[in-house]
Formats: sequence, structure tokens, C-alpha cells
Amino acid sequence: MQQLVFAVGTMLAGVLGCAAYFWGTSFILDLIFPSKGRSGVEASRNLRITNAIRPWLFLAPALFALTIYLIYPVAMSVWFSLHDRAGQSFVGASNYVWMLNDGEFRQSIFNNFLWLLVVPALATFFGLVIAALTDRIWWGNIAKTLIFMPMAISFVGAAVIWKFIYDYRAEGTEQIGLLNAIVVAFGGDPQAWITLPFWNNFFLMAILVWIQTGFAMVILSAALRGIPEETVEAAVIDGANGWQIFFKIMVPQIWGTIAVVWTTITILVLKVFDIVLAMTNGQWQSQVLANLMFDWMFRGGGDFGRGAAIAVVIMVLVIPIMVWNIRNAAKEMKGH
Amino acid sequence: MNPATRSPLTWAVHLSVLLLVALWTLPTAGLLISSLRDKDQLAVSGWWTALSTSTQNIVARAPGADTQVERDGKFVISGDVLEGTAAGEVSAFGFSSREPTAFKAGETAELNDGEKLTVQADGSFEIVSDTKMEGARGQRIFFTAAVPPRFTFDNYVEVLSAEGIGASFINSLTVAIPSTVIPILIAAFAAYALAWMPFPGRAILIAVVVGLLVVPLQMSLIPLLKLYNGVGAFFGVPAKTYVGIWLAHTGFGLPLAIYLLRNYMAGLPREIMESARVDGASDFDIFVKIILPLSFPALASFAIFQFLWTWNDLLVAIVFLGAGQDELVLTGRLVNLLGSRGGNWEILTASAFITIVVPLIVFFSLQRYLVRGLLAGSVKGG
Repeated sequence: MQQLVFAVGTMLAGVLGCAAYFWGTSFILDLIFPSKGRSGVEASRNLRITNAIRPWLFLAPALFALTIYLIYPVAMSVWFSLHDRAGQSFVGASNYVWMLNDGEFRQSIFNNFLWLLVVPALATFFGLVIAALTDRIWWGNIAKTLIFMPMAISFVGAAVIWKFIYDYRAEGTEQIGLLNAIVVAFGGDPQAWITLPFWNNFFLMAILVWIQTGFAMVILSAALRGIPEETVEAAVIDGANGWQIFFKIMVPQIWGTIAVVWTTITILVLKVFDIVLAMTNGQWQSQVLANLMFDWMFRGGGDFGRGAAIAVVIMVLVIPIMVWNIRNAAKEMKGH
Repeated sequence: MNPATRSPLTWAVHLSVLLLVALWTLPTAGLLISSLRDKDQLAVSGWWTALSTSTQNIVARAPGADTQVERDGKFVISGDVLEGTAAGEVSAFGFSSREPTAFKAGETAELNDGEKLTVQADGSFEIVSDTKMEGARGQRIFFTAAVPPRFTFDNYVEVLSAEGIGASFINSLTVAIPSTVIPILIAAFAAYALAWMPFPGRAILIAVVVGLLVVPLQMSLIPLLKLYNGVGAFFGVPAKTYVGIWLAHTGFGLPLAIYLLRNYMAGLPREIMESARVDGASDFDIFVKIILPLSFPALASFAIFQFLWTWNDLLVAIVFLGAGQDELVLTGRLVNLLGSRGGNWEILTASAFITIVVPLIVFFSLQRYLVRGLLAGSVKGG
């Protein structure tokens, strides 16, 4: 309880501190370069100066935090990846050479590519289908809310939920895991799903698909509603059926949004760590890059060189999407 | 589409949406139902049978020979096997662990030493012997009983007190509240500058923010861990503190905050600001008196995102706050329980539900803002 009071206190102090900073610097700036009540030339000169300085005063705290917490670490991670486990002596590319020869790393890369292929595709597909279907029924909004709900659940919470579904009891005893109960009901043998090498990847992916479908659905649903009605009406008049309208008229018009959803989920997949940690911690050949990185960060007291090298690999995989995003944002701003 | 072409499909649409909704909600429903079940029932039957009567195999021990009474020339020990259990009706019983269901309720079993054991359906039993019985330890009685469904909050009471979930709940709140509020003001000022104040380099800064949106957290961990250790050692304070994690969450949340708010503010009508400027208002006044109130929906969207993200986060909390018993947040505690209490589903389900209940409340009450934020937050394509 005491720490909660401390937290609220810090929060108020932080907010007041920020407010004081923004107000105070603006006040001082106006004090040094006053523009009110001065002669024309001086006023306009001071106004020009304050207008040039003020944006940077507004930006300073944000730029400072971004630099410390994102820009500096990115550079330093690259630096660490070229150094030994304590970050002391330069070792060249040997962390990367180690990586290429490490079985666990190759396993992670393979699994990550599986994840990258399956999760964005399935989540986007389900999201699109659900968005299209729920638009046609009166209880569509209720259905959407329920499908969107897993979005609010933490990866760890979701891992517990699904571990319960995959729960395994020895053959012959009553299964309390839903999946095994269904398998047994259809006459199959119960399986310890998350320990089956290769296939367990898909059981873990199901969790992320379950969480992310709601996100895809919300965005794609808005995009579908933004399609001009004339295009659909024209297709109906030409005698197109439901499938044709959906796949040949509607989907092509929202390719841009589909790509955005796809790339956003792709990035999330590259960073996913909690699910694997909670479900298998990389055992039974289910390791992924983000969990491997976390593992090396603390394994045997922590190997910063190898950990950073793995982080750099994740970063490199993200860069194409980053460039694509920046170009899109720039294009959009020119349109404004 | 006219109704005539739609109607044959309507049923198929309703059914498939129903199926999808079931697929997406059943996992969570199963967790909630399980967490409310009696732990003995939870361990032996699926949650979908929660409302039906289940059978349970129980072992009871009859009282010792000192409680026997003499009746009609015979020695009798009597009692109730159901005493102290939640079970309702005995269907079968036995006296050895090899054949725990050898006899039906009401039948009489002949024990090895000539005693006769009868267990009735209502649980009452009698051990009858011609000779005086001996021994302080009573006969073991195995029986199968029908157990009526039982729901209880015991699991919650247990995890909140004994498993440290209560303390972790406070820790999670301590992490999440300042981490949500502090970035908002910082980001709002920066977003205003990026949206409405012309200065050289603005386009580049916006591009940088968009780029930083997708930088994986993993890139930040090691250098920041080193930095925190260095700062901690320099000032002689612990490296893992709440202040440290608040600032870390602030830094990681800023790109999204700035991006969301800038997009929103850039869409506000220019005329409002220009007329205010003509009236002699400074940028500071315009921001505080006009932009900030108008941007409330965007601020709310970001606050919800950031709260969900900081509450649900595991990685930042473990790295910057630590994994000790006192500072574990809910997600970290849950991962620990998964390791140490892997088979105790009554503990795991109740703990998991406590960790997800706050985000779910936020989600259901503020869903509107969440959707709006999502739509504004994803970089628009094409």
C-alpha cells in the first residue's frame, strides 16, 4: 500500500514537474526575448527568435527520453554484439560466427520463420473473414467485442489459458484439457501437445493468432466500411455473386490496410517472448529468437555479447518494415 | 446487395460467426469457470462438466476398536464415510486398494478377519463382528461417491493470501499508473511541436518517430541494464527501482504516444489556432487552452494502450524491476507459478484470472477509445 502512495505521489510530481518545465521555459523565453510592447523591429526580431527556439523546448524532454531509451541503446547493442560476454574486449564478428554454428540459434531462426509465415497470415485471414461476416448480422458488434477481447489479455495470462486447454493426463484417466477431451471423444489418443517437437510451434502460434485476430478485425472492418458503395453496387448489377464481390471488388480495395495489419503483426511476432517463456521456455525445440536473447542475457551470469548479437538479428529482420513504414508516413504527410 | 440474394446465406453467416465467437471466448470462459470450482473436482473433471454431478473416489477410515458397542451379542463399529466431504451419495465401496469398488452400496462385504462391512448409499456404515475387535487403527473404507457440483471462492482466497498474488497486484498497479500518466504530457508537447510549429528538421524528426515505433525492445535491454547498473553504482542506489521502470516505460511508450497525438492534432482545424493567434495567444496558451482539451480522445486512446501494455508487460518488469519475491509483478508471479505449481490448476486459473481482470474491465468500459486509437495508430498504407 505504501508503495502505491509513493507511486501516485511520483506520478503527481512527474506531471507537475513536466508542467512546471513547459510553463517555466516558455516564461523565461518570453522574458529574455519579449515581443509584447516593444518597437516593431525589435518585436519582430524577438518573435522570430522565440519561434525558432520554442519548438525545441517543447520537444526537449521527449527527445531526451527517446535518445536515452531507444536511440542510444540501438547503437550500443550493435557495439555490444562485437564484444565479449562482459562487454569489455573487442571480439570482432565472433559472436555472429558462434550464432551461425549454434544449433539452438538455427532452431530459433527456423521456428521464427514458421511463426512469421503462419501467425500474420492466419490472424489477418480470420480478422478479414470475421470483419466481413459480422458486418451482415444484427449482433455483429457483440460478436466483434468478444473476439476483440483477448487483445486485453497479457501473453502470460493467455499462456495459462491455453496451457489449460492443452493439458494432458495419462491415457485412461479423464482429460481435463479441452483439446485432449475432444480428441479422446473422437476415439483418438491423448497427447502432451506442447512437448511434440515441430508441431508444438503451431500450438504456441495458436495463442498469438487468438490474441491478434481482434486487432486485424477492428482495422479491416473499418477499411471494409470505407469502401465506396458504388463499386459494390456496380458489381451486383453486373451479376457478381457474394464471393466475387468480396474477393474481386472489396479485398483489392483494401490491400493497403491488409499490408499494414500484416506488417504490424509481423513485428509483434518477431518480438514475442512471453508466450514461449511461459509455455515451454524453449524446450522441445520450440525456441524463438526473442526468448533465446532473454535466455543469453541472464544465462550463466549473462552473456551480453551473444545476447546483443541475437537482438541485432531481430532488429535487422525488422528494418525492411521500418523503412516501408517511414516511406508510407512520408507519403501520407505530403498528401496532407 | 438486395435481401433476396442474401437470405440463403444468412443462416450460414449466423452459424459461422457463432462458431468463431465460441472459439474465441471458450478458452477464457473455461479459465473463469475452473477458477471457481472446488479444487478436488477441478483436478478430476473438465470444466465443461462443472454443472453435472461427478463421481469421486475417496478413502475414509473407520474409528478404532475402542468405539465399538455390543449389540445383540455382536460387536459393532458405526459411522458415516461422507462426514467431512462434499460428496452426496455412495455408489460403490470396497475394503482394499486393489478393489476399491468391489461392492455396491447396501451390500455387505466380508472382511478378511471375519468382520462384515456394510456401507449404505447415504454414507452410513457398520462393521459387525462376532468377536470383540481389537486395534486402535480403524478399517480403511474405499468408496465411490457422487459429488454434486460445488463452486467456491476458496481458490481466490488462497492465491491472494498464500501465493503472493495480492502483493503482486499492488506491484503491478505501482508500475502501471505512473508509467501511463508520465509519458502523456511529455508526448503531448512534442506532438504539438511536430504538428503545428514549423521548424527545420521537423519532417526528419517525424520520420525518426515512425521508425522508432517498431524498434524491438530487445535492442534496448542490454545497454539499458548496463546503464542502470552504472547509474546505480555511481549514486550508490539500487539499480532496480520503480523510478527506473517508470522511466523505461515512458521511453518505450513515447514513440506511439507522439505518433498518435501528432496525427490527431494535425487533423484539428487550422482556423481555430489561427484565430487564437490573431487574438495574441502564444503557442503555450494555444496548446494548453485549445489543443489539449480538444485532443482528449487521442489522449484517452493512448492512456488505455499504455496501461494495458504496462500492466501486461513481463519483459521490462523482469529486467528492470527484478524477479525477487517482493518486486514481482503479476505477470512475473504467474510465470513463476507455472513453474512451481504446474499441476495445481486451481491456483493457476485463479491467479491468471486476477491478472487479466483489470485489463478486461478497462477493455470493456473503454473499448470505444481503444478502437479509435488502433485505427489512428497503425501506419496507414498505400
